[in-house]
Amino acid sequence: MNAARQANAGLVRMPLWRARFVAGALVCAFALLAGRSLYLQTLRTDFLQEKGDARYSRVIEIPATRGRILDRSGDALAVSTPVKSIWAIPGDVEFGSGQKRKLASLLGMDAREIEKKLAETSRDFVYLKRQVSPETAEAVVALGIKGVHEQREYRRYYPGGEVTAHVVGFTGVDDAGQEGVELAHEATLAGKPGSRRVIKDRLGRIVEDVQSIRAGQDGVDLTLSIDGKIQSLAYTTLKAAVEENRAKAGALVAIDVRTGEILALANYPSFNPNNRSRLSGAQLRNRVITDLFEPGSTLKPFTIALALETGKVTPATMVSTAPGRMTIANYTIHDVHPAAALSLSQVIQKSSNVGAAKVALAMPSEAMWDMFQRVGFGIQPQLGFPGAAAGRLRPYKTWRPIEQATMAYGHGISVSLIQIARAYTVFARDGELVPLTLVKTNAEASGEKVLSAATAQAVRAMLELAVQPGGTGPRARIMGWRVAGKTGTAHKQENGGYAADKYLASFAGFAPVSAPRLVVAVMIDEPSAGQHYGGSVAAPIFAHVMQGALRLLGVPHDAPLEPLEVPRAGDEAGEST
Amino acid sequence: MAKLNLLLLAVLVACAIGLVTSQHRTRKLFSDLEREQARARALDVEYGQLQLEASTWGLHARVETIAARQLGLRAPDPRRVRVVRPEGTR
Repeated sequence: MNAARQANAGLVRMPLWRARFVAGALVCAFALLAGRSLYLQTLRTDFLQEKGDARYSRVIEIPATRGRILDRSGDALAVSTPVKSIWAIPGDVEFGSGQKRKLASLLGMDAREIEKKLAETSRDFVYLKRQVSPETAEAVVALGIKGVHEQREYRRYYPGGEVTAHVVGFTGVDDAGQEGVELAHEATLAGKPGSRRVIKDRLGRIVEDVQSIRAGQDGVDLTLSIDGKIQSLAYTTLKAAVEENRAKAGALVAIDVRTGEILALANYPSFNPNNRSRLSGAQLRNRVITDLFEPGSTLKPFTIALALETGKVTPATMVSTAPGRMTIANYTIHDVHPAAALSLSQVIQKSSNVGAAKVALAMPSEAMWDMFQRVGFGIQPQLGFPGAAAGRLRPYKTWRPIEQATMAYGHGISVSLIQIARAYTVFARDGELVPLTLVKTNAEASGEKVLSAATAQAVRAMLELAVQPGGTGPRARIMGWRVAGKTGTAHKQENGGYAADKYLASFAGFAPVSAPRLVVAVMIDEPSAGQHYGGSVAAPIFAHVMQGALRLLGVPHDAPLEPLEVPRAGDEAGEST
Repeated sequence: MAKLNLLLLAVLVACAIGLVTSQHRTRKLFSDLEREQARARALDVEYGQLQLEASTWGLHARVETIAARQLGLRAPDPRRVRVVRPEGTR
C-alpha cells in the first residue's frame, strides 16, 4: 500500500528538471538538424549538386573530322576515315590461356613485343598498336582480355599516292598536318573539337542537351587548283624521262595563265604517303618550290625584254658576238655556236651567251636588278606553302661587271622552278605577272604590270623562234598548237665552283602562242645518259605534257594539224648555259 | 471553399502530369534526334570511304592502262581530227 501510494505520487509530481531536460534535448536535436540542413543547403550546395549531376550528366567530346582535300574536279586526294587503336592499362592486363598468342597474331606483332610494352606497370596507358582496321579491333575486343581496350581514331588516306604526294603532303599519326597543303591549311582542315554537357538515362542514352561548353567545328573541305588528269600525265612523263636520262631528279610545274592556278606540280623521286616507313629526304623534297638552282639560259628573255623596254633597241638590232667569246676580268664567256653578229631575236634563238652579256652590260645594273626583282626573283612566292624558297638575287650595288654579264644568261643568281614558271607568265600575259594559287579559284586573276604589252609580244615572237628548227628547242614543238619557250642548260655548282660534267637541263615555255593558256616549266637534275642539253632532255617532256594538257583542257588549235618534221635527237642547236 | 480547393488540386495534378509527359516526350524525341545524328555521322564516314574507293578505282594511271591494254583505245591521230568551232569565231 505504501509502495503503491508512493508510485502514485511519483506519477503525479514529476521533478520539473526532467521535463525541461527532454524539451531541451528536443530543441537541440532540431537545432542540429536545422544547422546541418543550412550547412548543406548553403555552404556545400555546389559540391553536392556536382555529385548529384555526376550520377546522370556527362560531358562528352565532339571530335572534329578533318576536311577532305579534293582536286579541281572534285576527286578525293586526301580523306580521313575512322580506324581503331588498341591500348591497355599494363597493371590490369590478365591473359587467359593462349590469349596472348591470339592477340599477338591479330595485331601482327611478336608476343615478346607485347610483353615489353606491358612491362611498364607504372603507366596507366600504353598503345599496343595504333590505327588498325575496325575488323581487327572488333576481333581483339571479342577476345575479352581484361585491361585491353580500343579507341577510335582517324587515319588519313591518300588515293593519289605518289602522284600528288608533294602537293598534298601528309599528316602525322595524330592527324595533324606535317607537310605540303596538309600543313599549310592545317587550321581550316583540322576544325575544332567541341564538348557539351548532356543528361543520360540509365541505359546510357542521351536524353537531354544541357549546355554546349565549346561549340565544335568540323574541318572544311579544300579544293585544290590541281587538275588530277594533268597532274597524272605530268608525273608519269617526268618519271619516265628521269629514268630514261638516268637523272638524279626531275620537277615540273604547269600554270593556268588566265587564273594563276597551279594545274600540276610534280616531282620525281616521289613517295607513297600511305606508307611512309622508309622515307629519304630526297624523296620528300618538293623540288619545284624548295630547290634553288642557277637557271641558265631560261633567264635570257628577261635581259632582252629589259633592253627592248628601254626603247633603244628592237628585235632586229644587231649585236656583235665575234669571235664567240668575251673576256671580262680573267673570265671568259663562251658561245657553243660562234657567230660574227646576231640580232636580238637570234640571241634568244641561238641562246648566245656573249650576245646576252653584251646587251646586259649596256644597261645599268640597277635596271637589271629591278627587272629581276619585279618578275619575282629573290622574293619568296606568296603561295602559303611551307618551305617556299626565295632564291638569291644580290643587291645591285655589289655586282661586278662580270657578274652582271653572267646574270644576263642566268648564272650567279638562284631561283626555284616555280619562280621561273611564274616569271614566264609575264610573256604569256602581255606583260602582267600573275599571282599563283594552289587553291581552286576559277576566276580571272589580275596581275601586276611588269612589261609593256608590245615588249611581251616581241619576246613571245622570239621565244617561238627558239623552238623552230634552227633554235635550241625544236623538240618542244607540238602538233596543232604554236609553242614558245626557252631551253636552259646550266653547269651544276659544286664546292664553290662549276662541275664540268654535271648539268641541270631545263625548259620553260607556254602555248598556244596566239592566246597563251598554259605555262609549263621543267627541270631535270643531272641527266647522265649521254644527252644533257635542255633542248634534248627537258624540251620533249615539255612537249608531251603541254600537248596532253591542251587536249584535256580543250584549248582550240592555232596551228595546222600537220605532222612536224621531227628533228632527230641531238640535232638541235646546243648551248652552253 | 472546399470545392474550389478540390478543383485547384485537380488542375494542379493535371498540370503536373502534363509536365511529366511532355518532359518524357522531349527526352524521347531528343534521343531519336541523337540517334539520327549518329546515323548521319556514320553515313558521312561511309561516304568518305566510298569516295576513297572511287578515287582508288579511278586512278588515272589505272584508267589509262585499262583503256590502252584491255579496250585497245588510243588518242586519235591529229590528222584525223577535225576541229569544229562555234558560230562567229574564227
